[in-house]
Amino acid sequence: MHPAPSVIIFTTLSGLGFGLLFFLGLGQPAVTGTVAFVFYVIAFGLACGGLLASTFHLGHPERAWRAFTQWKTSWLSREGVCAVGALIVMGLYAIGAMFLDSQWTLLGWIGAALSLATVFTTSMIYTQLKTIPRWNMELTPAVFLSFSLAGGALLAGAEAVAPWLLAIAGAVQLAYWAKGDKALEASGTNLGTATGLGDRGAVRAFEPPHTGSNYLLREFVHVVGRKHAQKLRMIAFVLGFALPLLLILTPVQGVVIKHLFAALAVISHLAGVATSRWLFFAQAEHVVGLYYGKR
Amino acid sequence: MTHQQPILDTSPKVSDEIRKTTCYMCACRCGINVHMKEGKVAYIEGNRDHPVNKGVLCAKGSAGIMQVNAPSRLKAPMLRTGPRGSGQFKEITWDEALAIAVGWLEPVRHEAPEQLAFFTGRDQSQSFTSFWAQSYGTPNYAAHGGFCSVNMATAGIYTMGGAFWEFGQPDWDHTKLFLLFGVAEDHDSNPIKMGIGKIKKRGARVIGVNPIRSGYNAVADDWVGITPGTDGLFILSMIHVLMKAGKIDLDYLSRFTNAPVLVNASEGPEKGLLMRDADGKMLVIDRNTGKLTPFDQPGVRPDLSAVYEKDGVTHRPVFHQMAERYLADEYAPEAVADKCGIPAKRIRAIAGELARVAFDEAFELDHEWTDFRGEKHSKMIGRPVAMHSMRGVSAHANGFQTCRALHVLQILLGTVEVPGGFRFKPPYPKPVEAHPTPHCKATPDTPLDGPHLGFVRGPEHLALKEDGSPARIDKAFTWENPMSAHGLMHMVISNAHAGDPYKIDTLFMYMANMSWNSSMNTKGVMEMLTDKDENGDYKIPHIIYSDAYSSEMVAFADLILPDTTYLERHDCISLLDRPICEAEAAADAIRWPVIEPDRDVRGFQTVLIQLANRMKLPGFTNEDRSPKWKDYADYIVNHERKPGIGPLSGFRGEDGSKTGRGEVNPEQLDKYIENGGFHVAHIPEGADYYKPWNAAYQDWAVGMGLYDSPQPYLFQLYVEPMRKFQLAAEGHGERQPPEHLRQRVKDVMDPLPIWYETDQQGNEGFTVNALTQRPMAMYHSWGTQNAWLRQLHGRNPLYVPTKLMRENGLQDGDWAKVTSPHGEITVPVMEMAALNDNTVWTWNAIGKRKGAWALEEDAPEATKGFLLNHLIHELLPAKGDGMRWANSDPITGQAAWFDLKVKIEKAAAPADLQESQPAFPAQDSPVGTGPKELKWKVGK
Amino acid sequence: MTQLPNSTDRKMGLVIDLDTCVGCHACVISCKGWNTENYGAPLSDQNPYGGDPSGTFLNRVHSYEVQPEQGHAQLIHFPKSCLHCEDAPCVTVCPTGASYKRVEDGIVLVNEDHCIGCGLCAWSCPYGARELDLAEGVMKKCTLCVDRIYNENLPEVDRIPSCVRTCPAGARHFGDLGDPDSDVSKLVAERGGMDLMPEMGTKPVNKYLPPRPKDTIEEEIDILAPLLAPVAEEPQGFMGWLDKALDKLPGGAN
Repeated sequence: MHPAPSVIIFTTLSGLGFGLLFFLGLGQPAVTGTVAFVFYVIAFGLACGGLLASTFHLGHPERAWRAFTQWKTSWLSREGVCAVGALIVMGLYAIGAMFLDSQWTLLGWIGAALSLATVFTTSMIYTQLKTIPRWNMELTPAVFLSFSLAGGALLAGAEAVAPWLLAIAGAVQLAYWAKGDKALEASGTNLGTATGLGDRGAVRAFEPPHTGSNYLLREFVHVVGRKHAQKLRMIAFVLGFALPLLLILTPVQGVVIKHLFAALAVISHLAGVATSRWLFFAQAEHVVGLYYGKR
Repeated sequence: MTHQQPILDTSPKVSDEIRKTTCYMCACRCGINVHMKEGKVAYIEGNRDHPVNKGVLCAKGSAGIMQVNAPSRLKAPMLRTGPRGSGQFKEITWDEALAIAVGWLEPVRHEAPEQLAFFTGRDQSQSFTSFWAQSYGTPNYAAHGGFCSVNMATAGIYTMGGAFWEFGQPDWDHTKLFLLFGVAEDHDSNPIKMGIGKIKKRGARVIGVNPIRSGYNAVADDWVGITPGTDGLFILSMIHVLMKAGKIDLDYLSRFTNAPVLVNASEGPEKGLLMRDADGKMLVIDRNTGKLTPFDQPGVRPDLSAVYEKDGVTHRPVFHQMAERYLADEYAPEAVADKCGIPAKRIRAIAGELARVAFDEAFELDHEWTDFRGEKHSKMIGRPVAMHSMRGVSAHANGFQTCRALHVLQILLGTVEVPGGFRFKPPYPKPVEAHPTPHCKATPDTPLDGPHLGFVRGPEHLALKEDGSPARIDKAFTWENPMSAHGLMHMVISNAHAGDPYKIDTLFMYMANMSWNSSMNTKGVMEMLTDKDENGDYKIPHIIYSDAYSSEMVAFADLILPDTTYLERHDCISLLDRPICEAEAAADAIRWPVIEPDRDVRGFQTVLIQLANRMKLPGFTNEDRSPKWKDYADYIVNHERKPGIGPLSGFRGEDGSKTGRGEVNPEQLDKYIENGGFHVAHIPEGADYYKPWNAAYQDWAVGMGLYDSPQPYLFQLYVEPMRKFQLAAEGHGERQPPEHLRQRVKDVMDPLPIWYETDQQGNEGFTVNALTQRPMAMYHSWGTQNAWLRQLHGRNPLYVPTKLMRENGLQDGDWAKVTSPHGEITVPVMEMAALNDNTVWTWNAIGKRKGAWALEEDAPEATKGFLLNHLIHELLPAKGDGMRWANSDPITGQAAWFDLKVKIEKAAAPADLQESQPAFPAQDSPVGTGPKELKWKVGK
Repeated sequence: MTQLPNSTDRKMGLVIDLDTCVGCHACVISCKGWNTENYGAPLSDQNPYGGDPSGTFLNRVHSYEVQPEQGHAQLIHFPKSCLHCEDAPCVTVCPTGASYKRVEDGIVLVNEDHCIGCGLCAWSCPYGARELDLAEGVMKKCTLCVDRIYNENLPEVDRIPSCVRTCPAGARHFGDLGDPDSDVSKLVAERGGMDLMPEMGTKPVNKYLPPRPKDTIEEEIDILAPLLAPVAEEPQGFMGWLDKALDKLPGGAN
């Protein structure tokens, strides 16, 4: 799949943003007033920034409101509904926290649930696609949720759970890569089934239908060199999980350094998740590529 | 909850009006419905009523809308301002353009009309353009047949009075076995696709003989991946097997062919000629009486076996000679298998299948008919084997004899003009005798002494001057290529540049991209066109060119006469020319301006009339010196070749009620338009098979004006005119071949089909065959300017068989250096498994020169695309004898494109190798380039 | 509405004969022509005369080489457009309801006025049947010429998809695949029509007829060889045979 910057930014930032909102909704940290303002600006900034970025790739963003109508069938629609729900509920909750010095616990729990649900629905947009075996796995929601929770915990300063969540996310990431690399083959789909000619002999794509390029090739066919991918995986893993874990577990003296390390951990994590997300798209083989003799 | 869905208008208005005309996106000439909205072309589809395509339409045809809006369309007459080849022009008015052209043409006509060479390329108005050239008086006229498939046309006419091309067709409704040779989507493309579809639906077998398994060969049930240039040997081997097994149609051979005709065996100037009576009628032995008798007498049963003894000489029938030759072991499958690259078992199996279907699946139609001997037949015997062939076997230097061999195979099986076999379309069948001979006598200010092109019957018809030198600039109808019925357009520029046989003043061309894909030795041709003499003048002093589009050739002309697109013009697809008939019907068609040009362009034929009128050419001028016609439409309606016979056969007579023969009808074009742009006259049932011998057909054809009198004839298994050339080479007669050609004439002008290896001198070390094919969605260079078609074929890899890929360490996308004795190209490769092991190929005419066709300079056609033409020379490698030996068939002069041999090696991939080599600098585009985006919707 | 209908009254679709398709691209361009001028936005082309031309097409013809274990490689032309799946994932993923399957004939369509151009439907389609038009920003796909097949402004014989009408080889057939007695259903039954990627569970309506067995003529040599038994080994013997054979012709013997 074409690793479009808009979707990478969207899933990376909004995942982190909703992760933070999840913790804020749970009262972790139970901030109010100006401190709350800062937290909520960051959380809403990430979540909304991500959502906004996702509209960049739309052909008709002005019609985006229509995307709320098909929640019965469409995970994308559900994501929209959940996201808006989460933002409204958490917005109300934030107003309470920032201006009324109140923690409306029930509202917070609902907001937290909606935030997590948003991340889950986002993940299901990809998971549901049988056409992309590397995404069509239970591990895909696990990746999105574990990343979101780990990032949220990092940002929320949830020191108790953050290391655990980072470790889990890292493990999920490794499992996802391992299983994902075998997913296309395991799916049973190949040029033989794609053309129905497989039982006649070895099928090989000959001339492409057009020598010119097209939307399908631009959107679905992206080839990442194996070595290049290995390098990026290393970077994603180190930056996304190993380094942040190291930074928050390293005992340091003084609040400034501690915050500096925490900030570094967040930035590192963000960069790692973005890299992982780039790979998530770039390495994903859409079965349409088979028709073009590509994967 | 109920299912909700939008309310849709499923009956939107389709168009304001449908205008029916004839397609010109290739040579197929299908009928099209042009849907108009607000006066613009909105959509093009096939015309269901049309005899050629019956509603279907190919990719090119449907893309016509993108041709009519192409940015490559020339806009106005232009005069060259920069050096030749630069593409620098200024626009001028038509008045100026015509005055300049007349300023060049008129003095030539006064002094030496042969100094005008007028050659038209993919011209569909040859009966008109030749009429113009004849009136002007130059002998130097032809269209592009010489570099296309003249071998096929000529072999067909000489052998059976009709050819494949689009001049005949399999009896698709009855055929049970279709054998297809070397067709690269050349002619009759939609009808062949329709036919293949039809017979496949019935489960009939298709056998494809072609080194490349693409297109029609891909759907063939059996594929014979033959070694290029050996088709003739393969066919003769099947003839061997069939004759040996007695699986030949003896009745057919004895009645309808010259197999029983006696061959003169007496030593002397008539040896090998057919024996004739005092009236010139061929003689046979009547099996009923055992007596010598003319072949056409009532009740005669010509004997294939009996010989005639006289004065101690035994004169034997043609069939004896055939048996003697083809039963020889040299034609046994085992003897030819290696050369052809086909296992002997396979050759036998295919011959067996031909025999099985032709004889075991023979059937009868209950149609009574009477043959030319007056004999009544109660039934028509069907032999459901049909064959078709085209350029693949034609474009070799042994192509003529190969095409002959194929026709002889058809005739031996008795499958021509019978139900289930191959049938002619009117005006064919038409024997050689009914065709003109060539004419070449140029006299100042005088029309030529007759039609330029024709069919020689012997050395007496060669186009030679009194000193024996060639009369024509292309050396057609000379000892180098005596039967060059279509001329040799591919030799014109080379000969004109060399001043051999003489110099010319003006080269006038139409629709022929000679500086690019239509020439061999493309780079050399560009140099010849721009070469100057010691005075600094161009060696070819004047070049006038007419084209509708900004082709590569435009840049090399001095004066451009811009043509219209096919939807903006009048044309006639005439029975005098290359009509659109079916085996069951005579049909012709028109084009008419369904839209008006939005540019200052004129139909080329109208421009020719305007030039003729300015020069007052005889055929175009009334006795009072007034012009006969003002434009082409006027000519189409009012011209009469003979009284009552004009370009169009339909709606003749004052009230439009006459067909074929009839007075001029001023409303004729309107009638055609009303009728969908065409006219069909059906052949009566019972007259539609056995046409060369069927009295009912012959009478119908006379009524239609196809003949002036019935012309029944025998198929010429043995081609006597060829023997006449051999006799000359043996020293008989006044006209003698030059010594250096004597042996070759003896060898190749064999009156019975032979196979010979083409001249391999200079090919040492070049062992791989290299071919081109035309993609079905492109018509030569034209498709590239079309926004839709060029997305299909925007670049062309060299397809390399798996074996050669492995041997050379090549992978898809690698670049390879391909070398021939003449040149070198470096091009991208792609693997193809369904390909002869020793053959590489590519799509033709995809490669473009930068700046041409209104494309941007980084267009893939100009960077990745390439031509094989750079590897092919119009001359064979020098033999050290000081002669220029043409890379052509020695019989017809057919350009031997497919004799190319190359070697291939992996090219080092330097970083700068982003472009196919050779690369040429850009030409200036006289029309600019196209828009960055297309959203073509005419209606609201 | 992106819920799929429980069932459709008819299952209109195409049957494509891989044994007959010669790969001429006629259907590709005819489709481009009709759908540029008709349903919804025109099918646009970017850089149509430049270095990297591309455009929206609803039907494309691929080609594949098949190498059997024994014998020659085969080349198969392979036209591909929307298969109008019964279980069309492209419909259910659509967030706006622009993508829908018609209850009366099963045609899958995009309501371009509601399409936001998110591309998810194209992602969900295993067949590459949907292309986002770059000029218009909406998803384009085969409409099965819904504006032709019921169009009362067209003669009845022309109320078929433009690709079917134009196909020179007759390799494309149109009809109701839900009706077992329809011509197309019979063709599918006779020729073993197949689904593409059945494992995707999309239940395509369009079917493909597989190529017939190829290159079998040598295997028939046992049947054919007796036909080729020589009538004589020597030329003289041949002449003897000829004489007898001529006698056997109708009216041959005196």
